[in-house]
Amino acid sequence: MENKIQLQVSNLKKQFGSETVLDGINLDIHKGEVVVVLGPSGCGKSTLLRCINGLETPTGGTVSVDGIEVTSSNKKITQIRQKIGMVFQSYDLFPHKNIMDNITLAPVKVQKRPRKEVEQDAERLLKRVGLWEKRKAFPRELSGGQKQRVAIVRALCMKPEVMLFDEVTAALDPEMVREVLEVMLELADRGMTMIIVTHEMQFARVVADRIIFLEGGKIQEESSPEEFFTNPKTQRAKDFLQTFTFEKRKTNNI
Amino acid sequence: MRLNLEFMAKYLPMYIDAAKLTVEIAFWGIVFSLIVGFLCAIVRYYRTPILHRIVAVYIEISRNTPLLVQLFFLYFGLPKIGIVLSTEACAIIGITFLGGSYMAESIRSGFEAVDKVQVESAQSLGLGRWLTMKEVVFPQALAVSVPGICANVIFLIKETSVVSGIALADLMYVTKDLIGLYYETDEALIMLVIFYLIILLPISVVASILERRLRHAGFGN
Ligand SMILES: Nc1ncnc2c1ncn2[C@@H]1O[C@H](COP(=O)(O)OP(=O)(O)OP(=O)(O)O)[C@@H](O)[C@H]1O
Ligand SMILES: [Mg+2]
Repeated sequence: MENKIQLQVSNLKKQFGSETVLDGINLDIHKGEVVVVLGPSGCGKSTLLRCINGLETPTGGTVSVDGIEVTSSNKKITQIRQKIGMVFQSYDLFPHKNIMDNITLAPVKVQKRPRKEVEQDAERLLKRVGLWEKRKAFPRELSGGQKQRVAIVRALCMKPEVMLFDEVTAALDPEMVREVLEVMLELADRGMTMIIVTHEMQFARVVADRIIFLEGGKIQEESSPEEFFTNPKTQRAKDFLQTFTFEKRKTNNI
Repeated sequence: MRLNLEFMAKYLPMYIDAAKLTVEIAFWGIVFSLIVGFLCAIVRYYRTPILHRIVAVYIEISRNTPLLVQLFFLYFGLPKIGIVLSTEACAIIGITFLGGSYMAESIRSGFEAVDKVQVESAQSLGLGRWLTMKEVVFPQALAVSVPGICANVIFLIKETSVVSGIALADLMYVTKDLIGLYYETDEALIMLVIFYLIILLPISVVASILERRLRHAGFGN
């Protein structure tokens, strides 16, 4: 991890009508840092990620990447989005394009890079996630886990500086979760700057440099994974972690 | 029933000319309907301010008035304010006015069937509005719209029979004319049906092949 601040969120606020979802979020993320965002359902984790890459317009505050502010000005936002890759919970591949075309679309049409070069990158990345054989397949022919790995490759092929993951394994069958998480772990090892929203606590513990606990529109706790999981400072975080152990015991008893 | 074949042979060329006119009017009417429909669908989809409202009003008027009334308005009404159009132009504009709204609704339902997350993932890859429409939304929307568009095409071809009401010598007009002059009702009507079938059947067949293909392509994730 270097010292350069890659992504800066200052006093970010977001309201939907009268509901305040984010209420002044401050967050500096360094180059190569992996931040995992935890919090109960509906606390605004997705909204935070969506504000960061401009899918939602913040009600207040700023987000900047490499010192450039994410604004809704059309030209700038598409520029910034090229620096930020995002993978969603629902499989979001383009169903009418095969895997290779899914991956090359944006680098060729948006970044105007030569197709040859992009295809070489795609080949390297697809091989890395073990899906090179599937390059001609259509998304419907892939399993959920394979689709998510392709979605990650598609985002990576844009050569982003930050990757955002919003519960990318939440819709997967348990046996496919691992293959996707391993790709993310490898990415972290290679020094990618990442913000990850997940409910996989064990994974969070291993991959994170820092845990952010979000509730009530604010960051309630910010600490190293060891500290957060063994000795949470706030009652809310304790309660949150409790829900997981409770769920675990319950399934064990059946 | 004994058919007067001599009569049928004699007036066959007249039917052929009328069929050509019917096809011509239908063709241009459908082409312009698709253009108008596409533009209206885009305006509705993006909820373009003001235009969005205008298009909604147009669609209501177009769908809730009979084509004959629309044609009378163009043919008899417009000259009163100094706009005189040829009969063919009136017919094509009339078909377009009617077809535009039907096409708009079919195309829009296609746009709306495309999952929002598709648009968002295109955006998150840095695709602008135009590329998102062209590369992501439109191809998927088309697959949903095609059955509706095909149904509209057939509907509009049948609707061209109404242009006989403004004295355009299409198939319907020729038929009514011959019946009026010679009372050879059976022959005239049989020829009318045959000619409509010659025009419509191939289109129907192509449409159902297209629909089947699209269904098999089944994009579904
Ligand atoms: N487009 C929207 N319009 C109105 N309210 C919204 C919108 N998007 C999100 N919200 C509300 O904002 C709150 C936070 O939603 P968000 O999806 O960010 O939560 P989350 O932490 O990601 O939850 P989960 O863990 O269930 O994914 C919720 O109460 C939700 O109802
Ligand atoms: Mg969420």
